[in-house]
Amino acid sequence: MNAKRIDKIATGVLYAIAAFVVIILVALLGYILVQGVPEISWHFLTSPALSFEAGGGIGIQLFNSFYLLFLALLISLPISLGAGIYLNEYAPQNTITGLIRTTIEILSSLPSVVVGLFGYLFFVVQFKLGFSILSGAFALTVFNLPILTRSIEEALANISNDQREAGYALGLSRWETVTKIVVPAALPSIITGVVLSAGRIFGEAAALIYTAGQSAPALNFHDWNPFNISSPLSPMRPAETLAVHIWKINSEGIMPDAKAVSAGASAVLIIAVLLFNFLARWLGKRLYKHLTAE
Amino acid sequence: MADNTNLTTSQRNIMKFDPKDHEIALSTEDLHVFYGKTEGISEGDLQFERYKISALIGPSGSGKSTYLRSLNRMNDRIATVKGKIMYRGLDINSDAIDVYEMRRHIGMVFQRPNPFAKSIYENIAFALRQRGMNKKQDLDEIVERSLRQAAMWDQVKDDLNKSALALSGGQQQRLCIARAIAIKPDILLLDEPASALDPVSTSQIEDTLLELKQNYTIIIVTHNMQQASRISDYTAFFNLGKVLEYAETGDIFTNPKVDLTNDYISGNFG
Repeated sequence: MNAKRIDKIATGVLYAIAAFVVIILVALLGYILVQGVPEISWHFLTSPALSFEAGGGIGIQLFNSFYLLFLALLISLPISLGAGIYLNEYAPQNTITGLIRTTIEILSSLPSVVVGLFGYLFFVVQFKLGFSILSGAFALTVFNLPILTRSIEEALANISNDQREAGYALGLSRWETVTKIVVPAALPSIITGVVLSAGRIFGEAAALIYTAGQSAPALNFHDWNPFNISSPLSPMRPAETLAVHIWKINSEGIMPDAKAVSAGASAVLIIAVLLFNFLARWLGKRLYKHLTAE
Repeated sequence: MADNTNLTTSQRNIMKFDPKDHEIALSTEDLHVFYGKTEGISEGDLQFERYKISALIGPSGSGKSTYLRSLNRMNDRIATVKGKIMYRGLDINSDAIDVYEMRRHIGMVFQRPNPFAKSIYENIAFALRQRGMNKKQDLDEIVERSLRQAAMWDQVKDDLNKSALALSGGQQQRLCIARAIAIKPDILLLDEPASALDPVSTSQIEDTLLELKQNYTIIIVTHNMQQASRISDYTAFFNLGKVLEYAETGDIFTNPKVDLTNDYISGNFG
């Protein structure tokens, strides 16, 4: 065989592999959406789940997922930002920094069910937080921290050193240069990273089963005092999320329309995660444009 | 070709100013720069006269940029600088110096234009605001004056809120100069400011520097010998981490005392 022929064959094989990957993705998405989208209605999205009868919705689970996401980001974003800034801007390149980086890498490859069990022992049992949104938010923080730290560190590393020198040459301190020049310039990619990690948290189930719990008690949407246990904002109430709900009804759901609810909930979950991804791209591009030219 | 190795150590010709006739803005004494254990610069002893342009020339790797960057301590955390850098009777290379304050007196412009990812106006106003200047009127005034001094006010006066990154390379570099002079330094260090620019932008920058000389002491590193001879009053020739010759620019280019300088300016090496 000559080189030209081999090249043609290799190209063909690569095309076939790429097509295979795309087909799997499209088939999966298509199946979930075709099965689930017909189940989605306003009633389905807003009413509470029913355990024994048909016609239940996912309203509370949906709210729980967003609230948990919000709390988890509220805790993990400042920590990751601090860690990312330290690692990229302040840390000397030595063994200790290397050790920190390795630790973060190991942490990011922990299976989420292990994070969940750790959260159960540590937050739920040891700190007596019980099955609660707070326990769930902490578990998600453990799950999210390494990835977010990594993406923020990378975003900062991509900012050219020229920018830092420009700040120093104007008599700005390192802190001023980092906070007022480097971080703003890295903002588009930082935000992209945050939104992408939000998508991952939103779809997470295993880390939450034993931390945020598997029950979704009725919420009083007229009571916004976070200290009342029936308030939607209460961080101490158990809160089944959408992903956990899907797992639950598929393993032990006894409502007659379990299949339909599961399909609908899966479709909503997938759509939400896709929206997060598109939002990340759109926001990142928009901010970048805003910064480079108006 | 002549064997230069022993000349590098023996032949040197460094001009010293008579303090009665020349006001010294900045000088270095026994300056050594180390990268880890390797010595980048040994004995850079130069004096820079106020309101003059002094050029640092020399082949790549001769240490001229390293020397320049040491003058406002941009090499902190990168290299170890030993020796004295005297500015207004102060050794600014000592630990007691507030580096951030010192850099407001000794500003710098870099080889690659590096405007902030902010508007043209903010590029200039930002550092001033960080030091407590908040009055819009004052800021407007300084922005306009700095841009005029950098000879770009007429081109950008209607686009002050546009991103600086949308400017051309030459305009970006002039914005960097405007940004540096906005905080009113005494001394302006320029590290090959025109090497990334086209000939038209280069000559505009040179005109700007000649204009700025009236109010600023300028020290410029350049690769370009024509540029050094066109704009500078004094020229220092660097080779292998040492200053070999420092004299009036006319003398350096017409009548160098050191053989290596002669070789370099006649294009025999570098």
